[in-house]
Amino acid sequence: MNKKELLSLTAAGCAAALAAGTVTSVELTQTYLDAIEERDGEIGAYLTVAKELALSSAAASDGRRAAGKPLSALDGVPYAMKDNVCTQGVRTTCASRMLENFVPPYSATIYQKLNAAGCVMLGKVNMDEFAMGSSTETSYFKKTRNPVNTARVPGGSSGGSAAAVAAQLAAFAIGTDTGGSIRQPASFCGVVGMKPTYGRVSRFGVVAFASSLDQVGPLTRTVEDSALVLNILAGQDPLDASSLPHAVPDYAKSARPASLAGLKIGLPEEYFGPGIEESTRKAVLHTAELLKAQGAVVERCSLPLADYALPTYYIISSAEACSNLGRYDGIKYGHRTKEARTLDEIVTRSRSEGFGDEVKRRILLGTFTLSSGYYDAYYKKAQQARTLIMQDYAKAFEQFDCLLTPVSPCTAWEFGRMSDDPLEMYAADICTVSVNVAGLCALSLPCGADEQGLPIGAQLIGRPLAEETLYRVGAALEAARKEA
Amino acid sequence: MKITKEQVEHVASLAKLSLSEEEIERLRTQMGGMIAFADEINTLNVASVRPTTHAIAQKNVFREDGCAPSYDRAVMLENAPMQDGECVVVPRVVE
Amino acid sequence: MEFETVIGLEVHAELSTQSKIYCTCSTAFGASENTHICPVCTGMPGVLPALNKSVVEYCVKAGLALNCKINQYSRQDRKHYFYPDLPKAFQTSQYDLPLCYDGYLDIDVPEGDPLDGKAQKSTYRKRFGITRIHIEEDAGKLLHGAGSTRIDYNRCGVPLIEIVTEPDFRTAGEVHAFLTMLRSILIYAGVSNCRMEEGSMRCDVNLSLRPGPDAPFGTRTETKNIASMSATVRAIEYERKRQKKVLEKGGVITQDTMRWDDERGLNYAMRSKEDAHDYFYFPEPDIMPIEVDDEWLGRIKASLPELPNARRERYMADYGLPAYDAGFLTGERALAEYFDDAVAAGAPPKSASNWLMSDFARLTNEHSLTWDALPLSPEDLAKCIALVESGKISRTSGSKILDAVFSGDTRTPDELVAALGLAQVSDEGAIRAMCEEVVANNPKPVADFKAGKEKALTSLVGQVMKASKGKANPALVNKLLRELLA
Repeated sequence: MNKKELLSLTAAGCAAALAAGTVTSVELTQTYLDAIEERDGEIGAYLTVAKELALSSAAASDGRRAAGKPLSALDGVPYAMKDNVCTQGVRTTCASRMLENFVPPYSATIYQKLNAAGCVMLGKVNMDEFAMGSSTETSYFKKTRNPVNTARVPGGSSGGSAAAVAAQLAAFAIGTDTGGSIRQPASFCGVVGMKPTYGRVSRFGVVAFASSLDQVGPLTRTVEDSALVLNILAGQDPLDASSLPHAVPDYAKSARPASLAGLKIGLPEEYFGPGIEESTRKAVLHTAELLKAQGAVVERCSLPLADYALPTYYIISSAEACSNLGRYDGIKYGHRTKEARTLDEIVTRSRSEGFGDEVKRRILLGTFTLSSGYYDAYYKKAQQARTLIMQDYAKAFEQFDCLLTPVSPCTAWEFGRMSDDPLEMYAADICTVSVNVAGLCALSLPCGADEQGLPIGAQLIGRPLAEETLYRVGAALEAARKEA
Repeated sequence: MKITKEQVEHVASLAKLSLSEEEIERLRTQMGGMIAFADEINTLNVASVRPTTHAIAQKNVFREDGCAPSYDRAVMLENAPMQDGECVVVPRVVE
Repeated sequence: MEFETVIGLEVHAELSTQSKIYCTCSTAFGASENTHICPVCTGMPGVLPALNKSVVEYCVKAGLALNCKINQYSRQDRKHYFYPDLPKAFQTSQYDLPLCYDGYLDIDVPEGDPLDGKAQKSTYRKRFGITRIHIEEDAGKLLHGAGSTRIDYNRCGVPLIEIVTEPDFRTAGEVHAFLTMLRSILIYAGVSNCRMEEGSMRCDVNLSLRPGPDAPFGTRTETKNIASMSATVRAIEYERKRQKKVLEKGGVITQDTMRWDDERGLNYAMRSKEDAHDYFYFPEPDIMPIEVDDEWLGRIKASLPELPNARRERYMADYGLPAYDAGFLTGERALAEYFDDAVAAGAPPKSASNWLMSDFARLTNEHSLTWDALPLSPEDLAKCIALVESGKISRTSGSKILDAVFSGDTRTPDELVAALGLAQVSDEGAIRAMCEEVVANNPKPVADFKAGKEKALTSLVGQVMKASKGKANPALVNKLLRELLA
């Protein structure tokens, strides 16, 4: 296979080629490293390329293949890791000046799992600073460009992950999703993004943004790839008390095209209102037609509390963020100011220099809503609203196996368009945040393009631990779109 | 809700952030907008609704008591901006 | 002006777990700086806590021992403040749902100065309320040098319980008596070793003055850094006098946090971490709620040993021991258990108590032994007591056996009786012969005795004992001499 063919392989395709011996992991990895060198200057997905580590992992993988002992289906397949996942010995920056030189002394559970499966990490990819943002523009280091149209943002916060997959600079990528940070960039870049159920994947070693909302998941080229990667990531971790004890099914089995007969899919009307761009609405409604053609029953439904999800999300996530980010004080690790004599000056100046505007905004909002006199009006109220939003979904899931919505009200925007008004940026998360608030799983799938050729994403929302249902619907949809 | 300059300064000092005058003014406007937005939640009737603190209902997740070797000290201190091989070092703290 | 002193306590006790509260680093005291640390206890980016189950059980145990109600649904919260000994910038603690609440301790408080060294005093009984007990993590240690401060994170994440009392104390003596009992109970329950010198038990004192018992509470100060029982008494006395002086001059007390300097015998107001009083408590999202159901609570209850108060009452009621004996025996769990085992092995309770208060107290002191590491088994103590009380050996010989065993002799009491030749001669024929000889050779005391001088008999008994090399049974010698002289 030539380079172009190799780079166009899905993760499953890589696995098949490696298993058949038509390519080695070292060849595949070298091909990706060359591609990164040639083209990532333009895309800007990678913050750190772990060239030597990748090649030695690839060589070890080839050794295992030769001995007939691969560690998993994806042994030897190269991937990109979001830079908020701690990778022992490899710089982990969260795209922040604060952690510019931070090299973790330990590894996240998911990095260990990917290592144990033989996957080859090519490097660490760009993101919004501390995962706060929807365009990857809040990164301290650089812009990441949307591979579909480089004048546009890739979405965020896992913009580097989505861009790397879309630009064929990795066979798959790992992202994190606190309010849409996997699904929205997947949608902007035209790839598949899975936000698993809260607790399905360990968060240990994933730098916290909002602890009760954060979740790790794959960004891939196909639904099957997504299932294969989730097979590796999912499972209980004794180091993460929120990780769920439930057995992990073989997700790849559900990710095969099959009839959707017997499935009921809901279209919550609140997500098709006036705030949604016409082309997006059309594409998602067309998706509903495709699903009907596969045998599913599709009906309109309502999530009356949808409007409250956004303020609820911003209150909870900012409060948890201000707590989680208190540890960055210039003392133990991270940026330390050069301009300080006293301890208090070290802490205050290091934080002021180390954090960007968006992070500061969220810390201030979080501090405000938690401060005495305001806790009950904001944080506690948001937790109560959270209960109601969960009940809202529970009611919908009494009738439906999953829900279909847009991922984003609009397609990828131009750089700088949202940076002046944080509220406008937050509003762009309207379709995704309630999933995190309620701890559900959701899959973002390409479902068309707008007039400018920018990808549109459809979101399938499932009840807790219903990832298999989402993969089943996703695979059917993927097949239907191919035929169409 | 209108946010005053003093409120921004107070919250910033609690969060250990120092802000320039220009930043304070910008954040004052932005925070006002954000808080007005957050205030939407106050139109929701939540009387007697139990707050949700965890996204998934789980309880009693524990570890059994038992030791494992700690990390190497040098490795643990590697990221500290100032250290002496044994401890992280900061300017003298007055208690 | 006369004032009533009002005192409430916050006692922190380190729990006796092997590992820290959220990670597997050791809690052992005295390791070199930063050798018991890992990413979790130093708050590295990305880490999560894994709650140690024993921490919950120990706290519930302490709550049960202190007559608390148990919150069967509880959780942890984050308490935020910036300080270099707190690497996450929040302490994981408990806020509105502590594991234990609403308890009390009944204490017999000795009258007078707790530090005057007098052993037996008259007492009065008083109940002290316990507001709550919660679990939390300890912070690191700051080592202050000339121009810099060094941070040792070894203590970060060491599990603590914080016991908060009601403002029920009126004197340093009440505080001293309460802390003494509290310490004893926590050690009994196996919850903490309460070594104040290692910082495993610390006490913060909230103190205020008011004109009289019906007046509203005055403004209180909090005194920290009190490292021993006696320092608690000194710190209270100092702060009481300081506030009194201020009030008498017409001044006002400000709500300060004071730091006690025991060496210099004074306190001073701290600046630093108490500056901002907004802790932004909120529920810890990374730790799941704690539910102590009836079954679990039952198991914890069953694992609780008999506590000193109950034991003390039992020793007095069932064994008829004097209050002093009962208090001595229940002072430490290991001693009380040793006593119980000796009694179970057949030792008469009062005899066992006497031996423990005399020989054992002396020998443990001489050999620097603790009550849980005695070289003689309780069964062998019962055996020694039986040997003496059956007349097989003298009480003095009993002490000789103990001396030998405490000095490292591993032979049994029976073997030692034989090896050291301690057996008393109780053969009536042999003793009668010795008596006859002594009567024949000592005409003067014999005459004195017959003339009614009862004391003269002692001299004759002494002669027989000497002739028998101390092995004759003194009671038998007495009896036979009286017969011969009748």
